Amino acid sequence: MKTDQSPERISRRVVLKWFATAAAATQLGRSRLWAEDMSSLPAGYGTDPNLTKIYQPGDVWPLTLKPKERGLVTFLADLILPEDEFGPAASALRVPDFIDEWVSAPYPNQQSSRKKIIPGLKLMDELSQARFGRDFEKLSARQSTGILDAIMAQQGDEPQLKKAQGFLHEFTSLCMGAYYGTPAGWKAIGYVGNVPLPSFDGPPQEVLDRVGVTQTVS
Amino acid sequence: MPTISIDQAKPEYDVVIVGSGAGGGQMAYTLTLAGLKCAMLEAGRSYDPQSETPMFNRADQTPLGGAPTPDKDMGFWDATVDGGWSVPGEPYTQGSTDKHEQFTWWRARMMGGRTNHWGRISLRNGPYDFKPYSYDGLGWDWPITYEEVAPYYDKVEMLIGVHGANQGMENTPDSPPGILQPPPKARIGDLLTQKAGKKVGVPVVSIHRAVLTKPLDADTIPAKLHPGNKWAQDIVAKSMRSRAACFWATPCYRGCSIRATYQSTTVHLPPALETGNLDIIANAHVREVTVGKNGKANGVLFIDKSTGREERVKGKAVVLAASSGETVRILLNSKSNQFPDGIANRSGLVGKYITDTVAMSVKGQIPALENLPPHNEDGAGGSHVYSPWWGYEAQRRGQLDFARGYHIEIGATRSMPGGYSPVPMGYLRGQYGTKLKQEARRYYGSFITLAGRGEMIPNEQCYAEIDPVVKDKWGVPVVRWHWKWSENELNMALHGQKTFAAMIEEMGGTVTQPLAKSGYDLIRPGGNVKHEVGGARMGVDPRDSVCNKWSQTWDVKNLFLCDATSFVSNADKNPTLTIMALAWRCADHIIEESAKGNL
Repeated sequence: MKTDQSPERISRRVVLKWFATAAAATQLGRSRLWAEDMSSLPAGYGTDPNLTKIYQPGDVWPLTLKPKERGLVTFLADLILPEDEFGPAASALRVPDFIDEWVSAPYPNQQSSRKKIIPGLKLMDELSQARFGRDFEKLSARQSTGILDAIMAQQGDEPQLKKAQGFLHEFTSLCMGAYYGTPAGWKAIGYVGNVPLPSFDGPPQEVLDRVGVTQTVS
Repeated sequence: MPTISIDQAKPEYDVVIVGSGAGGGQMAYTLTLAGLKCAMLEAGRSYDPQSETPMFNRADQTPLGGAPTPDKDMGFWDATVDGGWSVPGEPYTQGSTDKHEQFTWWRARMMGGRTNHWGRISLRNGPYDFKPYSYDGLGWDWPITYEEVAPYYDKVEMLIGVHGANQGMENTPDSPPGILQPPPKARIGDLLTQKAGKKVGVPVVSIHRAVLTKPLDADTIPAKLHPGNKWAQDIVAKSMRSRAACFWATPCYRGCSIRATYQSTTVHLPPALETGNLDIIANAHVREVTVGKNGKANGVLFIDKSTGREERVKGKAVVLAASSGETVRILLNSKSNQFPDGIANRSGLVGKYITDTVAMSVKGQIPALENLPPHNEDGAGGSHVYSPWWGYEAQRRGQLDFARGYHIEIGATRSMPGGYSPVPMGYLRGQYGTKLKQEARRYYGSFITLAGRGEMIPNEQCYAEIDPVVKDKWGVPVVRWHWKWSENELNMALHGQKTFAAMIEEMGGTVTQPLAKSGYDLIRPGGNVKHEVGGARMGVDPRDSVCNKWSQTWDVKNLFLCDATSFVSNADKNPTLTIMALAWRCADHIIEESAKGNL
């Protein structure tokens, strides 16, 4: 799926109206779909974890996102980092697992991230309900990217708009950290390494030429 | 690393060494290879770099992609275990609530201490650095010269293996021919920085780091290190042969399972243990140096963390190498009738004039580095080039508003991504989809960080003392820190920022953050570079110093300080190489004096 950003511009007035509708919409009965603040935090990995072990999300602390959230995270992560000529979709590289691990972690930075991510997911769903009467993760590509474009393109200080933009920024950042931490992500971004070499030869000639420098260490 | 428990300890050792890092490691190495029986006490657990280093582990195999947490302050893969900015149950306190007067204290509670994760940057102090007062009238002179220390720098470099190149630059000593290992090739951002540096008058040359770029010459080096001692030569040769050269992957801060980099646990402790003359006791939290009726040290008292019991180990001499803060804590807590203000503190100078390194950095985004063809830049697991301080002449002409120098550590690499966005998110705002991936690929590897590391002038407002109230969970009174930067450091930080911005502009790049207006907005907090140095300086007069030129305390002739506590000043050159050189020199003195029966 290719998700180039739509050139279609939605007016600020319309977007703010979605927010108003979303805020007014009764969400009774849907609250159980969303994970709550973690009242008691699990233990972290401590000051002396096994550093060489291969870990999976969920190995150290339990994952806490609810199925609805996992679905939304997966859908949104794949909008942000879709399958394309650079590499697979985010979900194929287990980005949703990483995000679940991140927002479920007991540490202060991650708990603060959770306070943006979970309300943000809920907000995306409310916007989707307000605009299309459907769950965000059930939207068509055009509908969902329309919402993303509408949020990202707006300038303004309205709290709901800032919250939505802040959420997408944070969510994208987590997706980037997860996606590019994988071998497929390395290929996508152009990282080469993490393999033993018999010698380090410095930048190839092609790179030296492009930048207009010569190797000075013999 | 094999350890013993206290009930396996000998009744008495020749020397008891507190601390297993650069100073303690070097001390144990030199003494045991000369045949002295040593006990080493380490406050943390034993550690084996060969089995515990996360070589090649990827972000997607690691909790939170390896991101830092309060459990692992510098990220999951950082070699430091059971340590960091805070140690549970072992607090330290601050003498002030002013945010500019806080001290951050890194403690590594593990075998080998901070040498497991250190930056491996191995710079010699130059001639001016040992005579700073004579040079510019600030601070104090050391009671030793560069020429006296140089043979020990040579030996340490040969033993640990340091790559670099001789540049013939002012106050940046060359090593004798044949000692340095070949420098690694420059990375693309290094070369661009070098080109820009030429335009703005900042040299960029090969850095010196303790990483083997080829195997050590085990056939010839041991005889140079231990002339006339065939037994020692054989042990050292065997250890050298078991170290591999760098295979150009895995950053050094994780530690090194193939022992290509210097860590106390890869270089000093294995041969010292091989001699059979070293017993290491781990989880030994030293409380005080014990003193006999004759006024000499006779051992140390420690808490065995595995049992919680107080234990003693006896020695004919005691060496403290626990790091400036910990060594000061032990000295000041060692109170007796003979030393009511703490052992070796008749001058009242124990804990005084502690310095850290001035640190400031600027990051630039460089369009010329965008969208480069992918290529491997892992390299030697750290910086390949740096800028030694270049402003001596400008300072002599009175053109700068600060004294002493800083060097620049250049961070330009297409390093392994993961955990956090590989491109600062500000460059990707509002992007998603294939466009986001294009932009990520465009910007990845196009950032250069120029980080200044400069010399702080010792001042009387920076010191460590014992907190009158707070004790750690073992009942040991803790350190209370006092800190204040002077105008010198704040001006230096601003000068660094201006220089770095000019270099980035010269590269056609833009600085990624707004420039700071005040030095306080730029300089990292005291202690943050983990170069706390001083607290028991050496000198020529017992009234004005704690140690003599051998790092032997004036008041207690069989008590030696061989971490950075005895440093008189804190040159911009990272302290580790000098700690090792002075520890070796101190060890030679201990060997000589003990042979003469003088201890």
